[in-house]
Amino acid sequence: MRGSNSYTYLFVVTMAVLSALLLSLLKISFQDRVEFNRALDTKKNILKAAGVLERDMQAMEIEELYSSRFEKRVLRDDEGVERTYYVIGSPVKPEGYVFPISGKGVWSTINGFIALEPDRNTVRGITFYDHGETPGLGGEIEKDFFTEQFAGKKIFRDGELVSITIAKGQAPEKDEHTVDGISGASLTTNGINSFLREDLTGYLTVLER
Amino acid sequence: MARKNGLKTLSTPLGEDNPITRQVLGICSALAVTVKMDTALVMSFALIFVLVGSNVIVSLLRTLIPSRVRIIVMLTVIATLVIVIDQFLKAFLFDISKQLSIFVGLIITNCIVLGRAEAFAMKNGPVESALDGLGNGLGYGLVLMLVSAGRELFGSGSLLGMQVVPDFLYVENGGWYVNNGLMVLAPGAFIILGLLIWLQRTLTRYTEE
Repeated sequence: MRGSNSYTYLFVVTMAVLSALLLSLLKISFQDRVEFNRALDTKKNILKAAGVLERDMQAMEIEELYSSRFEKRVLRDDEGVERTYYVIGSPVKPEGYVFPISGKGVWSTINGFIALEPDRNTVRGITFYDHGETPGLGGEIEKDFFTEQFAGKKIFRDGELVSITIAKGQAPEKDEHTVDGISGASLTTNGINSFLREDLTGYLTVLER
Repeated sequence: MARKNGLKTLSTPLGEDNPITRQVLGICSALAVTVKMDTALVMSFALIFVLVGSNVIVSLLRTLIPSRVRIIVMLTVIATLVIVIDQFLKAFLFDISKQLSIFVGLIITNCIVLGRAEAFAMKNGPVESALDGLGNGLGYGLVLMLVSAGRELFGSGSLLGMQVVPDFLYVENGGWYVNNGLMVLAPGAFIILGLLIWLQRTLTRYTEE
């Protein structure tokens, strides 16, 4: 009987249903905590892009700093598309801006934030998080050695939005719009190049105001 | 297979039949998660959980599993357990789960887990299988701890996140000491792992046949 086809089918189906049931239950019971962690991670990355995140900050401190210094704004363009961004410090005299960026890498959607100084041209910082790129290759984009290069770069050249380009290999010296690439991560950084420019263009009205 | 007693089942995989240094299995994750001791520790616990769980479940089902589909059934059990631990980490240890990224998910393809299910749990009772899983998990964990201790000590000057090399020794503070950058990268793990295997084979006078 154990060798029969019907037994095999029955066994496999039972196994599949049981494990699916178990996993669904687990997913539902952990959902709240996972979402809370996700939301906290997003705030953490906003703070990090803005350069105000300190090491070993507790969840409470992150929440507090976020709610006291950051204000969420929504930009609605002519086509009715809503874009969120954040203003650092007081709305009257902003200390900077944080814009969410996201787009396709090689395997996954990469999410991140880019923070600009009050001049809306100089980059304060950038972060990439919540992505599924290959660890050690494309995954290196989240490392400090890479993101630190963006600070101080400019997104406008002679009044025209040129964004920041990740070079293949080394960036030309004293180039204000280019940073060094990561070997083995060309496709990931190509993706970033295009969505960074695209997303910044979406905020053009804020940037040029 | 000759029946080993319980203690022996538990202890042989720690040393003389260690899954990593002797059977050279599970190398991928041993290289990837051993930059810091805390990630290596969490990874070891995750593997121990999956290994003990899958061994016990497979052993309990061993007379029921149709032998033609046994590998699929084992993988279903392993995959379910891996998702359980992955969700658990996302809910309770979010930062570490981010650092471990896909490597927890990749426990599914870890040769040690499937190897123990097929070679041991299919032929032995649940108690022995649990001991076998625990022994192999601990053997894996032991090697991960040794490798990560070496890498963290020489690569970052700390152990389990605590500074070990005194600050004043560093070049930045007028000393002479510099962290070994190689240890933070994958080759550092290869070197330490190679040394460990060499040491073990010399001590046990083991030679390839």
